[in-house]
Amino acid sequence: MITFDAVTKAFPGGTVAVDNLSIELPTGQITVFVGPSGCGKTTSLRMINRLIEPTSGTISIDGEDVTKQDAAVLRRKIGYVIQHAGLFPHRTVQDNIATVPLLNGVNKKQARENAVELLGRVGLDASMATRYPAQLSGGQQQRVGVARALAADPPVMLMDEPFSAVDPIVRDGLQKEFLRLQAEVGKTIAFVTHDIDEAIKLGDTVAVFREGGHLAQVGTPQELLDDPADDFVADFVGRDRGFRGLSFVTAEGLEVEPVQTYVDGVRGVRLLLDDAGRPRGWTVNGSDDVRAITGTFTKQDSLRLVTDLAISSPAGVAVRVDGDGVADGAATHASIADHLADARRESAG
Amino acid sequence: MIEYIQNNYSEILTDLGQHIWLALVPVVLGVIFALPVGYLAVRRGWLYQPIVNLGGVLYSIPSLALFLIMPAILGTGTLSPLNIVVSLAVYTFALLTRTVADALLSVQGQATQAAEAMGFRPFRQLLQVELPMALPVMLAGVRVATVANISLVSVGALIGVGGLGALFTRGLQLGFMEPIIVGIVLSVLLAAVCDIAIVLLQRRLTPWDRVATR
Amino acid sequence: MITPVPLFNYFGFLLDPANWGWSDGSIPQRLVEHLGYTVLAVLIAAAIALPIGLLIGHTNRGAFLAINIGNAGRALPTFGLLSLMVVLMGTGLVPALIALVVLAVPPILASTYAGIRAVDRSAVDAAVGMGMRPTEVLFRAEVPMALPLIMSGLRSSTLQVCATATVAAYVGLGGLGRFLIDGLARNQYDQVFAGAVLVAALAIALDLAGAGLERAVVSPGVRQRGSARRGRRRGARSTDTSTQEAPTASTAG
Ligand SMILES: Nc1ncnc2c1ncn2[C@@H]1O[C@H](COP(=O)(O)OP(=O)(O)O)[C@@H](O)[C@H]1O
Ligand SMILES: [Mg+2]
Repeated sequence: MITFDAVTKAFPGGTVAVDNLSIELPTGQITVFVGPSGCGKTTSLRMINRLIEPTSGTISIDGEDVTKQDAAVLRRKIGYVIQHAGLFPHRTVQDNIATVPLLNGVNKKQARENAVELLGRVGLDASMATRYPAQLSGGQQQRVGVARALAADPPVMLMDEPFSAVDPIVRDGLQKEFLRLQAEVGKTIAFVTHDIDEAIKLGDTVAVFREGGHLAQVGTPQELLDDPADDFVADFVGRDRGFRGLSFVTAEGLEVEPVQTYVDGVRGVRLLLDDAGRPRGWTVNGSDDVRAITGTFTKQDSLRLVTDLAISSPAGVAVRVDGDGVADGAATHASIADHLADARRESAG
Repeated sequence: MIEYIQNNYSEILTDLGQHIWLALVPVVLGVIFALPVGYLAVRRGWLYQPIVNLGGVLYSIPSLALFLIMPAILGTGTLSPLNIVVSLAVYTFALLTRTVADALLSVQGQATQAAEAMGFRPFRQLLQVELPMALPVMLAGVRVATVANISLVSVGALIGVGGLGALFTRGLQLGFMEPIIVGIVLSVLLAAVCDIAIVLLQRRLTPWDRVATR
Repeated sequence: MITPVPLFNYFGFLLDPANWGWSDGSIPQRLVEHLGYTVLAVLIAAAIALPIGLLIGHTNRGAFLAINIGNAGRALPTFGLLSLMVVLMGTGLVPALIALVVLAVPPILASTYAGIRAVDRSAVDAAVGMGMRPTEVLFRAEVPMALPLIMSGLRSSTLQVCATATVAAYVGLGGLGRFLIDGLARNQYDQVFAGAVLVAALAIALDLAGAGLERAVVSPGVRQRGSARRGRRRGARSTDTSTQEAPTASTAG
């Protein structure tokens, strides 16, 4: 656990970047620091590995004050990932990844072997090992950055906007893999972002910062969406927070209508299935044009996805499939609304 | 011309040999002194401007003047080769301290921050991260200094120690073009060979730099 | 052969009031002479090199030429070129001046070209987009932005000429180099020392004047030396400049 106890940082120019911050980052979880630019997120993060020293207050990891430890030794136990990865241009990918193990005195052969293995864990091909960073795309560099931070198997990771500099599609892939990786390794992670969507997607806990280095609210993503502490948080979380909140309700128990209704046609719209019963597309008013199906959902998917599918399909329904991809039901707007009402009642009672 | 070379080739070779060490020993000396001083200019920020200014002043002193002031500073005779060697080392030093400092400054950024965050101690970080990254720019400076030294050595012939410059004074005394042309061509060739040698050395030392600019 | 002399003797010539009056071969007269050669040679060289450098930079045609003349100029032994001119044309002002100009052209040409090419292409694009004609683009956008490099080319060329003019005393030219050559010939080290100190002082003064001129003509927005450079230390990594930023200084001569 990382503990901030009344931590304040005032820079020489007089800027108070962090003001009396007290927060706990639970072991094995992702805590996201989110907020507009310049509100002290990076400063807070960099005080953990002492790249910045606090003006007052203490930061401790598992009860040990970080300022009481040798800075270099402390840092070797903390992984650090930044926006543009910060890879060493003069070292190959494997030697970049092997950096901290080498600092710790692991022999070079061993460190390189581990590095190549880690490449696989972050979804890169082993053939990349001997390339230089300049020969990788931005997304690949970022993966190497994550691998480098993981190389010495540190219990704590600090990540400062690690996915901000890549395009949205690559970012989405990186985020998914990051969650998968975290499920395996269970690190204590402090993650900085200015993107509320990313915070909600990745955070076990989200800490919303406001200008002047104040903490506006700390809670689970759902708590922030359901019950913002004040106007600032409500505004930052956004007008469509109700819709975003659907991310936390699953389609488990959602009432569906039989698929047969739509195969035979409703309001001139028919669902086409292939021989195995998997949805292929829609036809409208008996036309020969087939509009490809944009997506389907399973019981584990979020109500947000179901709603989106229902809104965008010509029939106004979202098609549910089983594990084999065979259509086994259709959710209408009405059934989604009922399900949501049930979910609200449950969480309130 | 061919005849001149045939009749004098042993003298020409001696002049060339002297030219080479007069030009290259100062490069080595200059690098040895420029590295720590350039580093100091980076570590102690307030020293940067004074050091750069001092380098600028030293670099602007004309070579013949510096060759002839040296005896007063070193206590050598005016004809000592040491005057030339120390003067050229001063030029190399003046040029390279700034290059070293600027090269080290230019690599400060994400990668050096990441190094600090991963737990490098300052000296190791300098050796393993900053110096390698700064190497291409520093070697470019070494190229300039080497070529400059090679072209300057011959001025030393005015005070009796000038490598290929001896061919120029001889040509002037005799009113012959041949030795002068031989001297110019050899001097330019020597500069080109040294320049290419440093480029090849840089390719070997900084393989990442080529892939980056590809 | 001159052997080391006690310190008090170094300054004999320099401190003798007789050498400071205005007469043929006096210190002020030699100083003016030296300054005259330098200014004349640099002006002629600039008149040749600036237009060519601007043209090559603006059109980006003949880049090969500019770069190679720059490199060759650096490698050319100054004393060798001077000797060659004298053997070809005899002693006198003209052969010496030709050698000085030949040595002064490459630094100006190379850095003018490099300066124009280093101008941010998007700024040039914007200039064209706003409707500037080619000469307007050159003189209102490219030249002001290239001025720091152009000025540094002029400054190194000035130092080059000042130094080579000293050597030219060996082949009969006037100027401060005379004290060095004549002092050596007459075994008067105090005169040699005086000449060396005066030449060094003149060169440093010329370089400072160049720095002042640069400060006066270069817009603060594109000034690249000193504080701006140091300010980059905390800033983001600038990969683009770090690998290309080779020193452009030419030989001091
Ligand atoms: N080294 C520094 N010196 C002075 N002020 C700084 C320094 N680093 C950050 N600041 C200031 O502290 C505030 C918080 O910065 P930062 O923690 O980087 O914000 P964020 O990461 O949330 O965008 C900003 O106002 C910034 O200008
Ligand atoms: Mg930040």
